[in-house]
Amino acid sequence: MEKVHVEVNRCKGCGLCVEFCPRHCLELAAELNAIGYHPARNHDAEKCTSCALCADMCPEGAITIHRKKRSKSA
Amino acid sequence: MPETMTPTKTKASTVKSDAPPTGRKRLVKGNEALALGALAGGCECFFGYPITPQNEIPELLSGWMPKLGRVFLQAESEVASINMLYGASACGHRAMTSSSSPGISLMMEGLSYIAGAQLPCVLINVMRGGPGLGNIAPSQSDYFQACKGGGHGDYRCIVLAPWNAQEMFEFPGSAFELADRYRMPVFVLTDAVLGSMLEPATVPDLEQLPPPPKMDKPWATTGRGNRSHKNVANSLYLVPEDLTEHNERLQAGYREALREVRYDTRYLEDAEYVVAAFGISARVGYSAVNMLRKQGLKVGLFRPITLWPFPEKALAELARKVKGILTFELNCGQMVEDVRLAVNGVCPVEFYGVAGGVLPAPEDVANVVRKMMK
Amino acid sequence: MRDEDIAVVEEMECVFSRPEALTDKAFHYCPGCTHGIVHRLVAEMIDEFKLMDRTVGVCPVGCSVLMYDYFECDMIEASHGRAPAVATAVKRTDPNRFVFTYQGDGDLASIGMAETVHAAARGDRITIFFINNGIYGMTGGQMAPTTLIGQRATTSPSGRDERLTGAPIGICELLSSLKGVAYLARVPLTSPKNLKDARKHMRKAIRAQLEDKGLGLVEFLSTCPVQWKMEPIAAMKHIDENVVKVFPPGVFVDCVGDLQK
Repeated sequence: MEKVHVEVNRCKGCGLCVEFCPRHCLELAAELNAIGYHPARNHDAEKCTSCALCADMCPEGAITIHRKKRSKSA
Repeated sequence: MPETMTPTKTKASTVKSDAPPTGRKRLVKGNEALALGALAGGCECFFGYPITPQNEIPELLSGWMPKLGRVFLQAESEVASINMLYGASACGHRAMTSSSSPGISLMMEGLSYIAGAQLPCVLINVMRGGPGLGNIAPSQSDYFQACKGGGHGDYRCIVLAPWNAQEMFEFPGSAFELADRYRMPVFVLTDAVLGSMLEPATVPDLEQLPPPPKMDKPWATTGRGNRSHKNVANSLYLVPEDLTEHNERLQAGYREALREVRYDTRYLEDAEYVVAAFGISARVGYSAVNMLRKQGLKVGLFRPITLWPFPEKALAELARKVKGILTFELNCGQMVEDVRLAVNGVCPVEFYGVAGGVLPAPEDVANVVRKMMK
Repeated sequence: MRDEDIAVVEEMECVFSRPEALTDKAFHYCPGCTHGIVHRLVAEMIDEFKLMDRTVGVCPVGCSVLMYDYFECDMIEASHGRAPAVATAVKRTDPNRFVFTYQGDGDLASIGMAETVHAAARGDRITIFFINNGIYGMTGGQMAPTTLIGQRATTSPSGRDERLTGAPIGICELLSSLKGVAYLARVPLTSPKNLKDARKHMRKAIRAQLEDKGLGLVEFLSTCPVQWKMEPIAAMKHIDENVVKVFPPGVFVDCVGDLQK
């Protein structure tokens, strides 16, 4: 499961998620989506901490964030 | 009791609140009768702004409604009042405002939204002289505004015109019934004389008033509760085809409401000439008719009670039997246009009217009828 | 599949998704417009306070005129500027309802100023979410009562001239003198940190109503990238660098207090 799931055809490529990602792991895709924008995508899942700041700044409500379940026994 | 002619082809409606009111006969001022009638008719909330000559209505309601657990709010303006009505009626409550001509003008935008969103509500207009600031004297110059629109878009309001204190008491309740039945705004259109006049009427005491009826309004924006879907009160339809469809739906409702046409007639059996008048001018007109009858002249009275829907079929039939109709109004000639449309040239239609607050005497009206008869 | 492989499949949990109070419909707003952010924040609050079954929202006229399509709760579409009048009737006829309005600066601070001020003066138990982007978006970028001095708009093509059209109206400053207001705050929507503040303000503005204290209003300093003719990120920087100087963020009235832990 992806940490950052961008609902591609909801994204209008405004770039706010890219700007506010503290780890710089988002970018706008070169290709266009169904509504004619360059959608955002996570190009570096390794660096992503699932902090959700991208989703918070997304004006389209297009981003869903998953992260590793923290183990309680650790 | 007045002889009420039932329209021949349309079905007369049964409006609950027209049942004989419980209560006692006493002297009551027109504006007080309207306020009492609103409460008896199930008015749950009132929003209004002071304006002469209808101030007794909000003044009385401001004292009564909180005691009855109902909502009264003096708004900051008529513009706010009508939008409060919009909010309350969207939530399914029986909501009313009262005002006088300039105040009603301020409500026209909101009224259009209410009509567009298919919401029921009641407006009382105690008409005063216009245009502009005019004066606070009696007038009937808001007939066009009430019956023909006033606000933007193709909408209609049912318009009830009382002519005595008893009807001032009964019509707000009828108005609520009609508003809920057709999901549209209803006017009670009256004037400064009727509002200020003391007359005997059978009205209940405050303690005798029934609680507002519990009504099922599945469209109301009450908050979803357990409903599986949301409700939206709205008049916005951006797609032209959708707005066309919405307008057709509205018009279909207005066609349904045509069956509510009501009118009152006196001495029509053998009448050769007829005075057509509504509200206070029908009172003056009726006195003139009585004067002329005493002189052996065959004159009758035709009084539209619903100004919309207008009793056009009844007038058309009447036109075939009489030699002439005099339309008498406290304005420069408004209802006369509907009379002429209904009569369609079958008999002569004359107009007599005074605007500005002057109330002609019965003798003045009788003189005009006599002239017509020559 | 061997047992070891199963061990390395990490269990994932959802930590951020669309709030339940939003419908699935895609917003019609321009790219980078902050309406979508505030819509989501409002929906988050309805979820968080579990208010869905008793919420009635009142929509404005302006870009967010269609917001009733985006919310799952009951909604009323008000005429331009009259949302507070509509809202007070909705609230007074059943005080158990949670009633909010969502209004732009043209709607709330220009045509609807009287309704705004009087709802605040009466202490109407309603919550107002006020979107201040200093311009009329939907009608084509005309000057608003909140347009900055010197800012170009389609009806102030040489920039707003204070001598001709006055200075921008600070709604929080204006309303803070009214006793009916129980919570009043202004926040820019320009960073995740600011959104966190926005949520704090919104919680209190909602509690002002739920706890029967008075009117709650949060003013969001918002962007209009298209009518400002700026990229979305530049528009946010413009707020941080310029708009906040005219409209300083902060809490103006707080009669709500903090929840005891």
